[in-house]
Amino acid sequence: MVDRIANIWGERTAFSRGERWPVRVDMRLADGLSEQDVDDWVTSACLLCSNGCGLEIAVKDGEMVGVRGRATDLVNHGRLGPKGLFASWQGVRNADRLTRPLVRMGGELVETDWDTAMGRIVERSKQLLAEKGPLSHGIYTSGQLFLEEYYAQAIIGKAGLGTPHMDGNTRLCTATAAASMKESFGSDGQPGSYSDIDECDAMFLYGHNMAETQTVLWMRVLDRLAGPNPPRVVCVDPRETEVARKAEVHLAVRPGTNLALMNGLIREVIAQGWIDEDYIALHTIGFKELGETVQPWTLERVAETCDVDAEDVRRAAEIFGTSDRVLSTVLQGFYQSSQATASSCQVNNLHLLRGKIGTPGNGILQMNGQPTAQNNREAGADGDLSGFRNWENPKHIEQLARLWGVHTDKIPHWAAPTHAMQIFRYCEQGSIEFLWITATNPAVSMPQLPRIRKILGQESLFLVVQDLYLTETARYADVVLPAAGWGEKQGTFTNVNRTVHLSDKAVEPPGEARSDLDIFLDYSRRMDFRRDDGRPLLDWTCPEDAFKAWQECTRGRLVDYTGLSYEKLRGGTGIPWPCNEEHPDGTNRLYGDGIFPTEFDRAESFGHDLLTGATVGPLKFRALQANGRAILKAAPYHPGTEAPDEEYPFLYSTGRTVFHFHTRTKTARSRQLNRAAPSAWVEVSVPDAERLGIGEGDLVRVASRRGEIVVPVRVGDVREGTVFAPFHYGYWERDRSGPGDGRPTTANELTETEWDPVSKQPILKVAAVRIEKVADAVGPAPAPTNTASRPADPAAVPPTVGGPDAEVEERPRVTEPPVAPDEGGDR
Amino acid sequence: MKLPVYLGMLQRAEGELASSFRTVADAHGDEPDVRATCTMLAEECDAHVDALGPIVDRYGSQPDDEPERLHAVALPEPRSGPLALLRDLQDVHLLASFVDMTWTLVGQAAAALRDEDLQQVIAAREAETQVQVAWLTTRMKQAAPQALIVAG
Repeated sequence: MVDRIANIWGERTAFSRGERWPVRVDMRLADGLSEQDVDDWVTSACLLCSNGCGLEIAVKDGEMVGVRGRATDLVNHGRLGPKGLFASWQGVRNADRLTRPLVRMGGELVETDWDTAMGRIVERSKQLLAEKGPLSHGIYTSGQLFLEEYYAQAIIGKAGLGTPHMDGNTRLCTATAAASMKESFGSDGQPGSYSDIDECDAMFLYGHNMAETQTVLWMRVLDRLAGPNPPRVVCVDPRETEVARKAEVHLAVRPGTNLALMNGLIREVIAQGWIDEDYIALHTIGFKELGETVQPWTLERVAETCDVDAEDVRRAAEIFGTSDRVLSTVLQGFYQSSQATASSCQVNNLHLLRGKIGTPGNGILQMNGQPTAQNNREAGADGDLSGFRNWENPKHIEQLARLWGVHTDKIPHWAAPTHAMQIFRYCEQGSIEFLWITATNPAVSMPQLPRIRKILGQESLFLVVQDLYLTETARYADVVLPAAGWGEKQGTFTNVNRTVHLSDKAVEPPGEARSDLDIFLDYSRRMDFRRDDGRPLLDWTCPEDAFKAWQECTRGRLVDYTGLSYEKLRGGTGIPWPCNEEHPDGTNRLYGDGIFPTEFDRAESFGHDLLTGATVGPLKFRALQANGRAILKAAPYHPGTEAPDEEYPFLYSTGRTVFHFHTRTKTARSRQLNRAAPSAWVEVSVPDAERLGIGEGDLVRVASRRGEIVVPVRVGDVREGTVFAPFHYGYWERDRSGPGDGRPTTANELTETEWDPVSKQPILKVAAVRIEKVADAVGPAPAPTNTASRPADPAAVPPTVGGPDAEVEERPRVTEPPVAPDEGGDR
Repeated sequence: MKLPVYLGMLQRAEGELASSFRTVADAHGDEPDVRATCTMLAEECDAHVDALGPIVDRYGSQPDDEPERLHAVALPEPRSGPLALLRDLQDVHLLASFVDMTWTLVGQAAAALRDEDLQQVIAAREAETQVQVAWLTTRMKQAAPQALIVAG
């Protein structure tokens, strides 16, 4: 047994380059139960990060009682992370669940029946459609629903209501991953595979604290690092993360300067001749412009702008330029920072310049934050069109119109679908009067919370919130709909490396809670949305109907699901798309042939100017004649708008801790995880703490131009001049939607409403703040000691442990590891 | 030679454009993308004015002998609200288009003069001005339906 709170990544199963990652089956059951006591094991995958680990849900007497990793699954080879082990089931089956719909009566939310609740929604919806038309409606959805549910939402929004105002919280986590791939390759679609970790000689992690965000993927890296021929690791992160500690080169850049660094790396790789000129000539366009853009970025200038050592930048470029097989991963340190899309495109460019893409060990993983973010992007319930279709291509709109049985004019395609930040702005201005929020909690996760709370509370806004719990956001709703959660409904979802999993229903939802899909279908029926031929717009009766309709939507597209089925997905492992007649077992990597979806009718986007976000448009895109070649895009570095000054002298950055997910709706309801990181804190460096006269655990006020938080301080390893806050800690335990007169704790009280011009992802990692002591410590800060939040002085704080309550069974090497689709032959 | 007239006109127009971008950034500060992008583009226009400096020094500057004809005028006092945003962006678009075409015409003269220095200055700046116009177009197209149909 292993204490998986103290030992987050479990025991090592070392392996060497080219070997397959050994199996280790991780299992956690409810107290006192053993494997023999379990009645049934139900096929599923974990929903508590974007990794998508295959697992089985243990069911006893109609209740979820634990989880066991699937040894045969390509993603995790049996392993699970602490969140999956402790929160996937305990975070759902809980006395706090919503069990009946709620409606607002005389200012209070009161329980009611489904007819009443849905009746109110439909009445308001119909009234607004009649009076103001579809632009009065907005939908703000999630990265945590199932594929079938997003596709239903997309059809309801685009072909039922006909509103362009649809987005998801995927805007906050993963919009830049999609945007960077559309700009570079013409379409969303992850080039790489997790199995590239097994094959690479060097790994670059750009703003990606993999050790805490995708713990099981990090286990794979740790196992490589523990074996012969370990990969060389380069880490770009302002914090001393676990990744940074394992790195040969750690570039702790000043927050907001990623693009300066990337332009410098590109310049050095080109200057040293570490490029593949044949590949560039055959498979890319834009090399000359790229070279001109990066020209000013000498190592010295990078060092000065980013506050890093020029020699470290040179070494990083050399490792990239000279390693035979190189893998890059990118996440929020890039996506939620300044010039996000341009910085992430430069990662793609590095690989294109060397032709290191789509072959074993040569990969790019533009990561996702959430477990089903990929499906939202695919299905088009966010700012995309279903099946990676292009709003600027009339043929694509015609295809959707045919699939949905409506006229092309019904589908909004006069501009890009409205992004989340703009949807909230329209709500603020009163032009969106109906907002339906599903499975997300913007009252904690959006930037500049004092503003967001004001918008959610506006009289002019009719707010519907659909969730498992009475979240901070749900407290503002006019109608609250109780949704069924993971294990209580059926559907599929897709992880970072395109692997599709089926999650079967294991138990009944509590009370009157319904699956999100059933709620959407009910709304569509009650609104009487119809195809032009008079048939109902959505005549599905179950998730598998939706899945089959989705398969038709993907036929012939890059995101091809036509070769999959629920039955096939019960075969022991998830399957990476494209999966079709040509690739019946799925596809491990994309673009190994150097052919990219940039042909006019394949492209999901015609692209943008990376500095401003101006659209390129069909005419200019055609003139580029990319025709299957990747596009080397670049932008000049531009400093962020809010720089530290005398009044607000510190840079402020936010992020997650390994023990929590999002706004803790699930993870705080696992006692093991909650004890490990029970409440909010901020991190400051030792020199800053000394200057400010604050010590470990002292209560401090951190303020920006927008708000403040009052939390204990962890004197830690963050870079000097930077303050870090975890973003998980809202107010629901206090039965509140905000701080009220009490102590504000949420990182987003301070963040600024600003976003990347291309991906429209909010910039949550750059703001200017000041910090002052409020009171003496009553103990150490409640921050974990075994993550990036570790104390600078380890002796000052008792270590984070879970004890017997956090023990997990690990069974290493019980079977042979599974083999990825394209990899059977060359092993 | 009347090229100096156009060089002076261009330099002035870039200055008016910079000031107009700043006016919009201030007036529509509650639209964070408008504020950030207009501020950045104003700086770009400032740089264009500076880049024209040596050229104007070389060719000299002559006053426009037809000042009553179409020329660039910066935005007057700011307005607020969704419709005003659209109007302001459209005004700036008009001005940016004027600047764009002026670069093109000065570029024609530079080609005929075989002035490679001037052609180089123009190529990079004209491309930037075209992106400014494209951004304004993109942003207006996004804003128009909401502003014209449902906004109060």
